[in-house]
Amino acid sequence: MKEIFRLIVVLTGVCVVASMCLSFVNDATKDAREHQDRLELLNALNMVLPEHDNEPDKDTVSLTGTDYYLSKKQGVINGVAFKCSTDKGYSGLIEIIVGVDTGGSIIAIGILSQKETPGLGSKIDEDWFKDQYKSKNLDNAKWKVKKDGGEFDQISGATISPRAVTLAVKEGLEEYKENMTTILGGSDVVQ
Amino acid sequence: MSFSKEMLKGIWKENPVFVLVLGMCPVLAVTTSAGNGLGMGLAATFVLLCSNLVVSIIKPIVPDRVRIPVYIVVIASFVTIVDLAMSGYFRSLHHSLGLFIPLIVVNCIILGRAEAFASKNSIMLSIADGIGMGAGFTLSLVILGGIRELFGNGTVFGFNIFGSGFEPVLVMILPPGAFLTLGLITGFINAFSTKRND
Repeated sequence: MKEIFRLIVVLTGVCVVASMCLSFVNDATKDAREHQDRLELLNALNMVLPEHDNEPDKDTVSLTGTDYYLSKKQGVINGVAFKCSTDKGYSGLIEIIVGVDTGGSIIAIGILSQKETPGLGSKIDEDWFKDQYKSKNLDNAKWKVKKDGGEFDQISGATISPRAVTLAVKEGLEEYKENMTTILGGSDVVQ
Repeated sequence: MSFSKEMLKGIWKENPVFVLVLGMCPVLAVTTSAGNGLGMGLAATFVLLCSNLVVSIIKPIVPDRVRIPVYIVVIASFVTIVDLAMSGYFRSLHHSLGLFIPLIVVNCIILGRAEAFASKNSIMLSIADGIGMGAGFTLSLVILGGIRELFGNGTVFGFNIFGSGFEPVLVMILPPGAFLTLGLITGFINAFSTKRND
């Protein structure tokens, strides 16, 4: 009985000390990590948005589940960016950031994270693939890969990943179009 | 056993990668470039050094029957510290090492040294062992990563070595390249040390 007591005390003691250290480190590095998160987001936004003079990561409209980042020049909205994701890829989640102009045509897309097969599906992150979405909108393009009768190139050996990206971007555009008046209407609106 | 002897054995005689062949998962997975190898090696060295130190300090109060859970808690805490710090200050390295940073917890070199060395030896010797093993691990990863990066990408630490006419051997960056390089280096080291012992 005495022995088991000692085991409990030692193990509990070690865990308490360890968690105290960890909470201290967590607090100490929190600012640095948030700063890095913000840099990453800004980097991604700059990739897909036109030239702007505001801080798009702070100028957002949040609707059901999606944040819309507004890009403004001299107070006038000249672009909107949003993230969309899909699990219809080959493995794991594909996260995409899409920048559109106020009319709903794509300025550029970027891949934020993906775990597709290296050398095959991972080519969705190559420029030639992402560039084919430029200046496309819901009306001027057939939102399917070529194999399915659309107009976006699939990657030889990997049709699933481009198909997933195309569908995700299309759904993102549809959601944007539906809520366009609210998003472009101005200040923060939460529905 | 002297301090310097404990330190040097990890680099050559008991090199954790090429001689003990421990911790193969990160060794094979992250050594696509010399830089990744160095980052992984330093992270593991930090954890190894700190866990060896703490384990050898607390060994008088830890009962035998709970020693493994205690070691795991100590190791996991240091790994989390590395993970948080790297995420805050070295974000791109954190991205390229990804999941393998939290997986240092189950790297058998670290628990192995805590159990086989630090729990039986003095604080000073445990520090020496941690530094030596960590240095051996780091060195091995940099060599492996360097060779794979050189042939697979034409660069070492990002510096172009072969010039622009070089056609990279892509397989060296892919998983088979890791096995090939590891096998060849281990073979050379074995051949060398058998010859010397004869």
